[in-house]
Amino acid sequence: MAKIVINQKWCKACGICYGLCPKGVLDKDDTGKVVVKNPDACIMCRICEEHCPDYCIKIGG
Amino acid sequence: MLKDIEKLLRQDKMPHIWCPGCGNGIVMKAMLEAINSTGIDTKKTVVVSGIGCSSRATGYMNFDTLHTTHGRALAFATGVKLAKPELNVFVVTGDGDGSAIGGNHLIHAARRNIDINVVMFNNNIYGMTGGQYSPLTPHGKFATTAPYGNFDRAFNICDLVKGAGATFIGRGTVFHTKVLTEMIKGAIENKGFSFVEAVSICPISYGRRNKMGTAPQMMEWLKENSVPVKAASKLPPEKVAGKILVGELYKEEAPEFTQKYDELIARFQKGAE
Ligand SMILES: Cc1ncc(C[n+]2csc(CCOP(=O)(O)OP(=O)(O)O)c2C)c(N)n1
Ligand code: SF4
Ligand code: SF4
Ligand code: SF4
Ligand SMILES: [Mg+2]
Repeated sequence: MAKIVINQKWCKACGICYGLCPKGVLDKDDTGKVVVKNPDACIMCRICEEHCPDYCIKIGG
Repeated sequence: MLKDIEKLLRQDKMPHIWCPGCGNGIVMKAMLEAINSTGIDTKKTVVVSGIGCSSRATGYMNFDTLHTTHGRALAFATGVKLAKPELNVFVVTGDGDGSAIGGNHLIHAARRNIDINVVMFNNNIYGMTGGQYSPLTPHGKFATTAPYGNFDRAFNICDLVKGAGATFIGRGTVFHTKVLTEMIKGAIENKGFSFVEAVSICPISYGRRNKMGTAPQMMEWLKENSVPVKAASKLPPEKVAGKILVGELYKEEAPEFTQKYDELIARFQKGAE
């Protein structure tokens, strides 16, 4: 299972990561900030990590 | 990867000031990735910026940095490079900073082929001051100063610096992050004036007024409206018209300014012996 490390403190709820994730791994909480919903589906493509403007996501630790 | 570049960020200054969904963080990350992967000496790396949202990047990058005055980053950077040609010098500039008030510095730095790597964060607007049009705002788009749509045509800024004499030119976008990083690497490797246009998104001062939707929708727009430059040459013109061409646009060899200057000094020192 891919290790997904989230820094929610820096997250600004822009929606880019969960908007671009091809596997529906990421979702938003009720404030719009990122949460990991379905970690088993992660294919470690790093699209989320590369496109998060706020340096909040690390894939693979 | 983020874990490799965290050391190049001033962690104590984070989170950064940019709005939710602003592309600036993505462009800055591509710069850090490129600097990290080329293995240049970070203690001999200087980043100079002008004024604008994008120019705030120097506050977060863990090198020797200068946050200067509006449009003048290249003038300061020219001084740094001439004083110490062994330094790796970068300029962070916005489309307003670099093509409007600083446009003259841009063409002349390109003409000199001085070894500076310019990354222009192009969000098509003056973001910091609330959305006035810049020379890179497309014709017809809305801005606070263009309430009926922009009358002017935009520069093709990469063509402009090519005409002025730049020796490496590339374009990437905040959607095409790998291409963007590759272009900045190409700029670092070129010994001469290098220019990378980083097409960015400003959901607040540009996107909203032009009804471009949310940050992820603006990302989708970039994806739909960009074509790799290599593919473009094989496509019919109507498929390329109005698209953003991404990739390496130009490269040539030419004498570099500080090297020529050092040669001149050496010539006269020899004469004085
Ligand atoms: C001499 C001077 N004129 C005008 C301004 C006001 N000003 C601040 S930022 C800016 C435009 C910035 O646009 P751009 O370079 O595209 O940066 P962005 O905020 O979009 O990243 C202007 C006109 C200034 N700070 N100094
Ligand atoms: S690495 Fe890819 S699949 Fe995994 S969460 Fe990120 S975007 Fe989704
Ligand atoms: S892309 Fe980054 S800032 Fe935006 S919602 Fe995802 S984690 Fe938060
Ligand atoms: S105004 Fe635009 S460019 Fe400036 S921080 Fe906000 S989104 Fe980014
Ligand atoms: Mg701008």
